[in-house]
Amino acid sequence: MLYFARMVRQAQMALQSRYENIELAEHMLLELGRECGIEEETLYWIGMAMREAVANAIKHGNKLSATKRVFVEMRVEPGSDVRIRVEDEGEGFDPSQLEDPTSPHNLLRSSGRGVFYMRSFMDEVRFRPGERGGTCIELVKRLHAGRE
Amino acid sequence: MKSTVRDVGNVRVIALEGKITIGAGDVQMRGLVESALADGRTNILLDLKGVSHIDSSGIGEMVGCYTTVARRGGSMKLLNLPSKINDILQVTQLITVFDVFDNEAEALSSFSS
Repeated sequence: MLYFARMVRQAQMALQSRYENIELAEHMLLELGRECGIEEETLYWIGMAMREAVANAIKHGNKLSATKRVFVEMRVEPGSDVRIRVEDEGEGFDPSQLEDPTSPHNLLRSSGRGVFYMRSFMDEVRFRPGERGGTCIELVKRLHAGRE
Repeated sequence: MKSTVRDVGNVRVIALEGKITIGAGDVQMRGLVESALADGRTNILLDLKGVSHIDSSGIGEMVGCYTTVARRGGSMKLLNLPSKINDILQVTQLITVFDVFDNEAEALSSFSS
């Protein structure tokens, strides 16, 4: 069992731009993470960050278009890290334009916290142009040997 | 997301259960608060004991509800925050915005003070 738990697990998904598919992506992450023995608490926060990345791709990237998909790749390496890549088919996105949602004049805004969630719950969050013309978000959570 | 609604005195108590997330729970929560206001209930207590997830859309909707209720001269307060929801309110610093209670009787009496 220990041998299998230390194997790298990977999954790829191509999702239609519908919010209910966020649940599918989270379900896959939880399955992979549990197979690898990742703590539930750690998986919960990684799942929250991934939900934001997929929701961002569906809403802001693909603008809920029925003809555009969201591509999700996840890779879990026990004792090392969890890496997630979420790519949309939208028109690109400039994260430098984002404001700090915790500043006093933004605190009561009803939007603008998605990227903040990702940055709060993951160790690395990177945005780059995707191969399909949209945005690719890369999320990394480092795992600590002996804990997960 | 599941919900139960009851009125205690002049307070509408809305208990939520499950996920307050984009496209589902967030819209439902907004509807419940708008329904309370339509019924003339401007004192609203959200019981979050059964809530497992609240994403950025859910938290944004909660802030939107808070400001909508305040504009109508009422107030919206929170009851029974699960630890993960409390963590999210801490990290977003929204814990400084909401009145939060872990005892319903105290929460209810706070509306009349």
